[in-house]
Amino acid sequence: MTLKATLLASVLVLSPGALLAADMTIGFSQIGSESGWRAAETTVTRQEAESRGIELKFADAQQKQENQIKAIRGFIAQGVDAILLAPVVATGWDEVLEEAKDAEIPVVLLDRTVDAPEDLYLTAVTSDLVHEGRVAGEWLAEEMAGEDCRIVELQGTTGSSPAIDRKKGFEEGIAGQDNLEIVRSQTGDFTRAQGKVVMESFLKAEGGDTICALYAHNDDMAVGAIQAIKEAGLKPGEDIKIVAIDAVPDAHLAIANGEMNATIELTPNMAGPALDALEAYLANGTEPAKWIQTESKLYTAADDNQAVYEEKKNLGY
Amino acid sequence: MPGPKSAILRRIAPQLVILAIALLLNVLIFPDFFHIDFRNGRLFGNLIDVLNRGAPVALLCIGMTLVIATRGIDLSVGTVMAVAGAVAASMVVEGHGWGTALLAALLAGGMCGLWNGVLVAVLRIQPIVATLVLMVAGRGIAQLITEGRILTFMNEGLIHLGAGTVLGMPTPILIWVTLGAVAITLVRRTALGMLIEAIGINERSSRLAGINSRVLLICVYLVSGLCAALAGVIVAADIKGADANNAGLWLELDAILAVVIGGNSLLGGRFSILASLLGAMIIQSINSVILLSGLPPEFNLVIKALLILAILVIQSPRIGYLLYMLRAAGPQPQPRPGTADTLPKRKKEAAR
Repeated sequence: MTLKATLLASVLVLSPGALLAADMTIGFSQIGSESGWRAAETTVTRQEAESRGIELKFADAQQKQENQIKAIRGFIAQGVDAILLAPVVATGWDEVLEEAKDAEIPVVLLDRTVDAPEDLYLTAVTSDLVHEGRVAGEWLAEEMAGEDCRIVELQGTTGSSPAIDRKKGFEEGIAGQDNLEIVRSQTGDFTRAQGKVVMESFLKAEGGDTICALYAHNDDMAVGAIQAIKEAGLKPGEDIKIVAIDAVPDAHLAIANGEMNATIELTPNMAGPALDALEAYLANGTEPAKWIQTESKLYTAADDNQAVYEEKKNLGY
Repeated sequence: MPGPKSAILRRIAPQLVILAIALLLNVLIFPDFFHIDFRNGRLFGNLIDVLNRGAPVALLCIGMTLVIATRGIDLSVGTVMAVAGAVAASMVVEGHGWGTALLAALLAGGMCGLWNGVLVAVLRIQPIVATLVLMVAGRGIAQLITEGRILTFMNEGLIHLGAGTVLGMPTPILIWVTLGAVAITLVRRTALGMLIEAIGINERSSRLAGINSRVLLICVYLVSGLCAALAGVIVAADIKGADANNAGLWLELDAILAVVIGGNSLLGGRFSILASLLGAMIIQSINSVILLSGLPPEFNLVIKALLILAILVIQSPRIGYLLYMLRAAGPQPQPRPGTADTLPKRKKEAAR
């Protein structure tokens, strides 16, 4: 890798023509391949950069902060125009961000934020987890339109911020609706297998016919739960309404098949808004807001989910 | 003279009592716990769930018991599950039949087991270190196979292994019960079990006595790998997809715990697969208590830890000795057949 980088650098130095051809070079320090969503984020970031004629230098940190810090130092040494950073943890970034600032290289945070003074980075592009939960809750409240509904909830990994915020958001979304009640809430660890297991126990503990809706903190758990509901002889999507978050391809497929009712997208396209902000900043110094919120789009049966599935399935989810 | 049946019963009595208590806890929380009906062509009930959801750990603990009996440990079983699931899924996605996929997964698991066995038996690396290598690297291999995403499949035959039923009984239950019975018969009806115990008690002297400990050690890790592969296929088939990041995550710890709850010593020697299987069911019953209790998930691990701590404390030698002393010191029960002969009998058993 180092050899490759050195070779690349020397080629760039030796041929000033090539340097001018790529008008912008951006370094992207990605966390690693922790989930399908992250793989999709990497794919989309590459696509976004390519479509804008930006040269993207990609560094996979394999879930280690020290690799990310090394990568950022490497980017600074190579003199990139800007750095995209998906931070693996929130703390410990001050020093390296300071170095980037001294080198006058703007840093944009993707999908997670850091505990560092705001002037050390240009902006952060993230989704609002609470808002996602709220959209799910509001959708269900509207769907039930005053009818009584006993809801079961599959939470994410206990104590993780998506689990806390998506729960909070959903509760805000259904607040004031006396007909909606969360009767059981248990963690499914964000996985299909656990989603299925916990749904099985919900179906037995509550009795399948008394549950009217399922809210899962991510699509994977919902997909697992769908199988449990089918095995119990019920119709997912009809007997039990299902709403989840993330909008992974399999969720679109489930909605297209009528087995799921709604999903809220956590877009893998964090790079689009980030590059927009960067281009504006580098062109004429427009300071973006410190936080750019991505859209949390709601997909229901009204959308063409089959088409979205075809579009998304090759992103690496 | 007590026959072998009563000896087995005495060996697994603590596990049976604990299992009964765990199931009783379930009934206290959820009175309909034992209710089983026939729905959608399958047996449907909480007890069935316990047996079904306990399948992966039950399968793992068959191999793990044998490994631990040789004074070893296999930390890699969780990741071997992920590898086997990924192999099976990628095979059916490429268009092969479920039989080929299952064989390929078993082959992958067998190779992982062989690798561990060679590291331990030939290179003489400490088992905990030797199997740690695969525990860490295996998940990476699985991720390479699935390219980091959940590899979904629609092959009915493969799905049947995890989510299907035979005469209404979920397939995983039949698989682990059958495999458990085969393993128990094999180690107890032949000298195999005794040879494995001999290695665990004193490898050098067992080798001097003519036991080919190297081959046996490799075989034991091989069996553990095969069990893990089968568990991995079941877990993948259950969700119709291979989830390399999460399949079998931390299950090696549950398997070791099942073996320990089964009263097997981590220092090797005497073992009981039956008791380990009961241990696996005890763990699953505790999981069931947690799920049925309806308490917030923040309590899950605390409840599990407390219950398991209680089980281990009850089983600890000190408490056992204390109970024995209390019984001996208390009002003398008239004829004391129990206390007086337990010790000599135990010794006799140990000598067997």
